[in-house]
Amino acid sequence: MYPTDRRYTTDHEWISVSGTTARIGITDYAEDQLGDVVFVDLPEVGQVFEPGAQFGSIESVKAVSDLFCPMAGRVVEVNAALSDRPETVNAGPHDAWMIVIELKDPSQTDGLLDAAAYIELVS
Amino acid sequence: MTDARDTLLKTPLHGRHVAMGAKMVPFGGWDMPVQYSGITEEHLAVRTAAGLFDVSHMGEIEVAGRDALAAVQRISSNDASRLEIGQAQYSALTTDEGTFVDDLLVYRLTNDHFMLVVNASSIAKDFAHISAGIQGVGDAFAVNTSSRYALIAVQGPRALEVVQPLTEVDLAGIGYYRFETGEVASQRSTISRTGYTGEDGFEIFVPPSGADRLWQTLLTAGAGVGLKPAGLGARDTLRLEAAMRLSGQDIDDTTTVLEAGLGWIVGWDKPAFVGREALIAQKTRGVTRKLVGFEMVDRGIARHGYPVFIGAESVGVVSSGTRTPFLEKAIGLAYLPVGACTPGTECAIEIRGRQVTARVVPLPFYKRG
Repeated sequence: MYPTDRRYTTDHEWISVSGTTARIGITDYAEDQLGDVVFVDLPEVGQVFEPGAQFGSIESVKAVSDLFCPMAGRVVEVNAALSDRPETVNAGPHDAWMIVIELKDPSQTDGLLDAAAYIELVS
Repeated sequence: MTDARDTLLKTPLHGRHVAMGAKMVPFGGWDMPVQYSGITEEHLAVRTAAGLFDVSHMGEIEVAGRDALAAVQRISSNDASRLEIGQAQYSALTTDEGTFVDDLLVYRLTNDHFMLVVNASSIAKDFAHISAGIQGVGDAFAVNTSSRYALIAVQGPRALEVVQPLTEVDLAGIGYYRFETGEVASQRSTISRTGYTGEDGFEIFVPPSGADRLWQTLLTAGAGVGLKPAGLGARDTLRLEAAMRLSGQDIDDTTTVLEAGLGWIVGWDKPAFVGREALIAQKTRGVTRKLVGFEMVDRGIARHGYPVFIGAESVGVVSSGTRTPFLEKAIGLAYLPVGACTPGTECAIEIRGRQVTARVVPLPFYKRG
């Protein structure tokens, strides 16, 4: 259910680091809590976020939820496909990445959870 | 979370919702299903086939006695004297200022016996308001009979088809906002052709002990046409598409019946009722703001409480907003100054610090064909 190739936050984002960049999305648990996702509001390429800073928001029919950046970095890519097909977040939350950031410090993973710890958090 | 949940009220169908895997949320003091399969799927089922809702949390307050009509006339805005036995009307409990205590349906059960169906979160408040309001009217008393009824709604274009095989009452013969008594699935019922979805359908009042069996029977009976159990989430998006007001959100004790665009539920010609003078005065001088519908022009979803701007000036506030699954648009209701209420008027809604363009549109957003 929760891939071991990435880390998780207590705010229910996942972050998958590859070299000096990382993809960020929300977890299966977050998706399930939200219900049908209808809108994903994402930042512009070039914006810089500190760990824990809000980088966007996600809306389901019933609620709005803030998206928080797990690690420090600069946005280098935004998943534009989500604006036309936000429901892909429900269909596959661990594939539906939202942004790619260029990491300020790839070793700085303080406060992030591995899959086992995250599963414990949400069960 | 567990502690708070323990104090919540439960409908007779609560165990069934949990057993069926519904997502439960606190609503107006009740632990209620917000969704089963998903708001979008449930919403579309109601628009295209049928949906099944547990609305047993709604309150029933009965007013009876020789002067029951005078009592109901005194505390509700609409003209209950126009009701025949077996007919229901949309109405409001109003304050002296013509604002809302709550909105409700008034059912005329007999000449001198009325049932008022009120919102779940305001049963106690409404009962106190009604009891105080009818004092001195004469021979009339009010009883809170909420615990005597479960209420199950079957809504959608195929609702009649689902329910008809379960009853000998001729459902097609029940007019809109009319009701009959009879048995449904061998349960003593009051069958009302009303709802809160903008679709045709029925609301069925049954004794709590019969609720689970009726629910199960309806689910089975509707499976072939695509009836789906639905929660409060879909109920909210459905009612908003139909521009039906939500008490405590679109209408409350700060908004008048006229500002809410509900002048048609005021019995202007009837004698004294609570709020009459204030409403007549406001009608004479004209309202300064009104509840209007809007849709988002640019991307974004407006929600309750978001401010509305025209130019640099904050002119109003969103009372309800969502993205609706059927129309596939972001829509909402907002109170705006009368000068900005004409359909086509553009405004900006502040969504998390950013101004997003919206446009005033006529109501309702959705009207069944």
